Amino acid sequence: MMNVIEFRQFSKRNGAFTLQNLNFPIQSGYITGLIGPNGSGKTTMIRSIMNLIRPDFGEVLVFDQSYHNQERDIKRRIGFVYDEDFFYNHLTVNEMKKIVSSFYPTWNESVFRKYLDDFQLPSRRKIRDLSKGMKTKFALATALAHEPDLLIMDEPTSGLDPVFRREVLSILSEYIQEGTRSVLFSTHISTDLERIADYIVYIRNGQLKYCGSKEDLIDSYVLVKGPIEWLRLNRLENTFSGKQQNALGFEGLIAKESYSEDVFGNQVTVEMPSLDDILFYTREEK
Amino acid sequence: MHLSVSLTSGEPIYLQIKEQIKNQILTGQLHEGELLPSIRNLAQNLKISVITTKRAYDELEQDGLVTSVSGKGTFVSGGNKESIREIKYRALEDQVRLTIKESRSIGLTKREFLNLVTILYGEENE
Repeated sequence: MMNVIEFRQFSKRNGAFTLQNLNFPIQSGYITGLIGPNGSGKTTMIRSIMNLIRPDFGEVLVFDQSYHNQERDIKRRIGFVYDEDFFYNHLTVNEMKKIVSSFYPTWNESVFRKYLDDFQLPSRRKIRDLSKGMKTKFALATALAHEPDLLIMDEPTSGLDPVFRREVLSILSEYIQEGTRSVLFSTHISTDLERIADYIVYIRNGQLKYCGSKEDLIDSYVLVKGPIEWLRLNRLENTFSGKQQNALGFEGLIAKESYSEDVFGNQVTVEMPSLDDILFYTREEK
Repeated sequence: MHLSVSLTSGEPIYLQIKEQIKNQILTGQLHEGELLPSIRNLAQNLKISVITTKRAYDELEQDGLVTSVSGKGTFVSGGNKESIREIKYRALEDQVRLTIKESRSIGLTKREFLNLVTILYGEENE
């Protein structure tokens, strides 16, 4: 299987935390979700993939190419949707488009028009007068219009209403339909990923916690709920990756390999965890 | 082919897809030789992960219910259909046996038991 992005012995110190010796690939042809708590290094990672931040050590390869000598070619093939404003606020949608499109030889005006229509974006309105959601739509339209091989989005769905968030998911799954294009998006709204993400990259405190298919990640845990008394009697407190308890009972996450029906019996209920459950209960795991 | 997945049922999505396709093959709604939608196409329509869909197809293939031909797609093979039905039939027999035992334990007569079955069956299958 081909990699669209590959971190190689990558390290970068950035203020409070350090991305430390990251070694992992991102598969070509799929949707990969980048998850982790706020301040864990998601944005730094994405900026590194865009070469907006230089590593202290190691490198990031994109399309098997290095930024040392192929920056122009790499960037032309990436569509980038960023959480912050990077458009000129005093320009209209149309004027801004003219500037952006001039960077890309592959710019497809009819694709751009189509998204402008779909998103109901007024082309003569000034960027500063667009709502946050409309700015994201505009960013997505320009990113898709040059028909990139890789779409990278940093928190694209934050600040968007549920209707458009769903629309984005459809656009993404249509976008990878042929199997030759890839998507990487970071989000803290893991329900968006729950549905369509094929692969998950999970980072915490600047370190890679998991990289692999979403299925395997969810499959590797079970969510257990039951009475506190039971927990005490069976001395199983330490088998949990994380748990919470109150007067009515406990809920916790256990690695599937540590769980067995013989030990846990029928006094507890066992469920498939969501990505949120996994993020929450593994947040302090060693 | 009709498929629908629930994200809130707690049952893994790949399993839901697998079971629905399996049932449609066993009940003859899907015929031998029929071409299933491509993995990516199915994923797009259901708005779910490509890997999830692939897993469902892979397991159907392991069960011998579909065959994938590279470059062409996934087809209903149906070869295993009878044996799977038989296995299911036997599992059903065991369940009924258990139910009969239960009904005896609370003193139900055969007639009462059959009445119950008739009533419940009728409700669900009209």
